[in-house]
Amino acid sequence: MKFLNRKTNIDFMSRRNMALAFSAVLIVISITSLATRGLNFGLDFTGGTLIEVGYPSAPNTAEVRENLANAGFDSVVQTFGAATDIVVRIPPSEIEESSAELSTRVLAALSEGVEGEIEMRRVEFVGPQVGEELAEQGILAVIYAMVGVFLYVMFRFQWRFSVGAVAALFHDITISMGIISLVQIEFDLTVVAAILAVVGYSLNDTIVLFDRIRENFPRYRKRQPIEVVNTSINETLSRTLMTSTTTLLVLMALFYFGGEIIHGFAFTLIVGVLVGTYSSIYVASSALLMLGVSKYDLMEVEKEGATLDARP
Amino acid sequence: MNQYSVWKYLLILIVVTVGIIYALPNFYGEDPALQITSSRGFELPAELSTNIDDALLVEQISFLSSEQQGNRLLYRFNNAEDQILAADVVRNALGDQYVVALNLAHATPDGLRSIGGKPMTLGLDLQGGVHFLMQVDMDTARSQQLDRYVDDIRAVLRENGIRYVSVRHEGNGLLAMLRSAEDRDKTLNLMRTDQSLQGLNITELPAGETFGISATVQERQLLELQQTALKQNITTLRNRVNELGVAEPVIQQQGADRVVVQLPGVQDTVEAKKIIGATATLEYRAVDESNDAFTASQTGRVPPESRLYTDDNGNPILLKKRLIVSGDQLIGASASFDQQTGQPSVSVTLDGVGSKRMLDFTRDNVGNRMAVVYIEQKPNGSKIEDVISVAVVREPFGKRFQTTGLGSIQEASQLSLLLRAGALAAPMEIVEERTVGPSLGADNVAKGFKAVVIGFVLVLVLMAVYYRVFGLVANLALFANLVLLMSLLSMLGATLTMPGIAGIVLTIGMAVDANVLIFERIREEIRNGNTPQASIRAGYEKAFSTIADANITTLIAAFVLFLFGTGPVKGFAVTLSLGIVTSMFTAIMGTRSVINLIYGGKKRVRKLAI
Repeated sequence: MKFLNRKTNIDFMSRRNMALAFSAVLIVISITSLATRGLNFGLDFTGGTLIEVGYPSAPNTAEVRENLANAGFDSVVQTFGAATDIVVRIPPSEIEESSAELSTRVLAALSEGVEGEIEMRRVEFVGPQVGEELAEQGILAVIYAMVGVFLYVMFRFQWRFSVGAVAALFHDITISMGIISLVQIEFDLTVVAAILAVVGYSLNDTIVLFDRIRENFPRYRKRQPIEVVNTSINETLSRTLMTSTTTLLVLMALFYFGGEIIHGFAFTLIVGVLVGTYSSIYVASSALLMLGVSKYDLMEVEKEGATLDARP
Repeated sequence: MNQYSVWKYLLILIVVTVGIIYALPNFYGEDPALQITSSRGFELPAELSTNIDDALLVEQISFLSSEQQGNRLLYRFNNAEDQILAADVVRNALGDQYVVALNLAHATPDGLRSIGGKPMTLGLDLQGGVHFLMQVDMDTARSQQLDRYVDDIRAVLRENGIRYVSVRHEGNGLLAMLRSAEDRDKTLNLMRTDQSLQGLNITELPAGETFGISATVQERQLLELQQTALKQNITTLRNRVNELGVAEPVIQQQGADRVVVQLPGVQDTVEAKKIIGATATLEYRAVDESNDAFTASQTGRVPPESRLYTDDNGNPILLKKRLIVSGDQLIGASASFDQQTGQPSVSVTLDGVGSKRMLDFTRDNVGNRMAVVYIEQKPNGSKIEDVISVAVVREPFGKRFQTTGLGSIQEASQLSLLLRAGALAAPMEIVEERTVGPSLGADNVAKGFKAVVIGFVLVLVLMAVYYRVFGLVANLALFANLVLLMSLLSMLGATLTMPGIAGIVLTIGMAVDANVLIFERIREEIRNGNTPQASIRAGYEKAFSTIADANITTLIAAFVLFLFGTGPVKGFAVTLSLGIVTSMFTAIMGTRSVINLIYGGKKRVRKLAI
C-alpha cells in the first residue's frame, strides 16, 4: 500500500506566501488569546489544593459547592471523567493555614450529608512558592532546549538552518499554546512535558527535511534553491505523512483510552504534531529561502579545496 | 548480497536475550510477605532471623523464604492467611523494638534475582500512596538560633560579672544594651572571642543613654543551620516512617532545604501527616544512686523525687525527676573513636545554658551515673520514654563531653543518631502534597496499559499493511524495542509513572519513524531503477545520517526536560530518551539483520515485498 503511488511533484513553495499569511494569522490569534484569555493554569503553577473524590452515586455539584461554601471554602467544583467523580479546587489561601490539613477538612465537609462512603481518589497540594518555581523551570526548559537545538543544527548544518528550525519551533509552540488557551485546557506539568515533546517532534520533522535539502543541493547543482526545496519536500512527503499518521494513531489511543489525567497531554501533542508537520514543510523551509539559502552554504571550504587539488 | 558478519547477529541476539531476561521479572506476581525492621532504623542483629524462624516453627506456619535486604528482613508466605497469622506471631516474639509490616514482595524467581533482575517500580500515581515535599522553616530556625545566642550572651555576661540593661532578640537580629562604654567594649571583646558566641556579625550602635551592640547571624552560620536541620529532620522522618511499616518509603533530600517523602501504599494521609509531624526530644537525668531500683520496681514504692524507668537491657532504673539538660540545649552529637583509648564514643555539644547546667551538675556528681531518656511524642498524645544511655561521670564537664563505654562503633552511631533526632530541630512544613487513592492507581494502570496496547496494535497493523514484509520486520523490531525499554527501566530501577507510560506510547509512534525513513528510501531507490539488493543497502546507508540527526535533536530536548523537570516530567523524559536510544538499535541494526536473513543470501531477488 502506498499513500502516494507516483512520485509527487507538488509545488509547495509557490504557495509559501499564502502559507506564511496563514501562519501569521494563527500566530496573531494565538498571541491575542494568550494575552486576553490567558492560560488556564493548573494547580502545579498556581498553588492551591485539588481533591478528587468518588461518590457512590452521582452527586449534585451545586449542592457540593454549597456544602463547601458553608464550611468556608471558596472552591471550584467540577465532575472529572465520570459523573460520580468530583474534583474540588481550592485556591491558595491568603491566610497561611497549616496547608496540608486543609485537605482533611475539605474531605470532612464533602462527606457531610452523603449516604455511603465517599472515596478519596487523589489529593494534590502545591504551595505557592513551589508553583512559581515550577513555572520558572518550565520556561527555562523550553529556552534551553531551543538554544541546544540551535547550536546542534548550526554545527551539523549551517546557521540559516538553525534559524529555520528555531523559527519553526517558535511557530509550533506559540500556536500550540494559543490553541490550549483558546479551548482552555488545563495547563499543568504534563502539558509542559507535552509542549517539550512537541519541540522534539517538530524538530525531528524539520531535520529530516533539512537533511534532504542538504543532500539535494549538490545533486541538483543547476536548479534554483526554491526548486531544490520543493523537490526535497516532495521526496520526503510520504515519510512525513506516514510518521505523522503512526504518531497520531498512538496519541489518539492515549487520548481516548488513557484516562482524564493524560487528556491534556495527549491533546497538546495531537495539536503539536499537526502544527509541527505543517511547519516543517512551510515555516522552516520558507525561512530558509527567505534567508537566501544557496548551494554555497552547504559546501565545506575544505572539501572544495580538496576537489580542486585533485584536478589535473 | 547483503550479509551481516556473524558478530553482528550475535550481538543482536545477545542484546535481545538479555533484554528478555531482565524484562521477565515484570511478569511475575507478588508474594504476601512480612517486612521486619528495627523501630529505630538500626541494623538488624544477625540472630534475629533464627529467632523468627523458631517462632514460626512453633506455630507451624510455613514460609517460602526469608532474606535480608539492607536493614530489613523479608519473609515470603504462600498465602495472605499465613502472612497475617505470622504477623501476630512475629510481633509477639520480637516486641516493641522491631516493626513488623505487611508487604507484597515481588515474586521474581531466585535465578533472576541473583543476576539483579527486578520489576519496574510503579510510581505513586500507579500504585497509590502519599508524596510530601517538606521544607525547613528557615524563619523559625533563625529565630530559634537567635534565642540561643541571646541565652548564651546573657550566660557569658553573667559569668564575667558584666551587668546589662537588656539582651534581646529583635527582628532578624539581636540587641544587647549595656550601661557604660567600658562594659560595651568588654562585651564586644567577649562576643568576638568566646567559643559559644561565634558566627555573628557584630555592629556597634551609636552611643546614647545606653551603649548598644546589635548583631545578626552570619549567612554561613544560617546555611550550616539549614543543613543540620535538614539532616536532623531526615533522621527523625526515617524513624517515624519506619514505624508506619511502609514497604518501600523514599526519604530524600531535594535541593538545599527540602525533603521528599514518598510513602507508597499509604492510604490514611491524615495519620501519615500526624506521624510525620510528631516530635522527639531527650532529657539528661541523674541516676538516683541512693535508692535501689529493683526493690522499687518490686514493691512499687518509688521515692518521691525519682521516677522508675527501664533501661535498654530491660532492667529497672531510678532517675531523678529534676532535669539536667533537655534536647533543645543539645547542639550536636557525633560518633567517633576516643582519642586516648581508641574506644567508640559519642561526642556531644551543648549550648551555653546547657553547658552551664551540665557543669553545675557534674562538679558535684563525679563518680555518679547520668542517663539519657529519649522521649517520643506519639500522634495520639501518648509518650514513649526510653533510657538510651547510662554512663558514669568521670570528671566535671560542660559544653563538650564524650560518652564512652559503648560496645561497638555501631552502637555509638545509633546513640548519636538518637541524640541528634532528639535535639531541637527547625520545624518543617509541607509545601507540596500529592496523594493518590488505590482505586485511582489501579484505574491508571488499567487505562495506561489499554492505551499502550491499542496504540501498539494500530501501529502494527498500519505498518504491516503499508510495508508488507518490511512492515512485519519493523513490527518485530518494535516488539524488541518495547522489551529492551522495559528491561532497561527495570535494570535502572526507574519508576514507572503515568507520564512515563505516555513517554512509552510516544516512543512507539516515533520508533517506527526510523523504519519509515529507511523503507521510503528503499522504495525511492527501487523507483530510480536500482536492483533490490542495492536498494536495500543504499536505503539503510542514506537514511542513517537523517535518523541520527533527527534523534539527537530529540534527545537534546529530552535531556533538557530531564534536567529541569521534576516528578512527572522527569519520568516522561527518562522513558522518551531511553526509547530513542533503544529504537535506534532495533530499528536500524535489528531490522537490517532480519532483512538480510530474508533477502541477503539470495543471489537474485526480483522484487521486494515493500
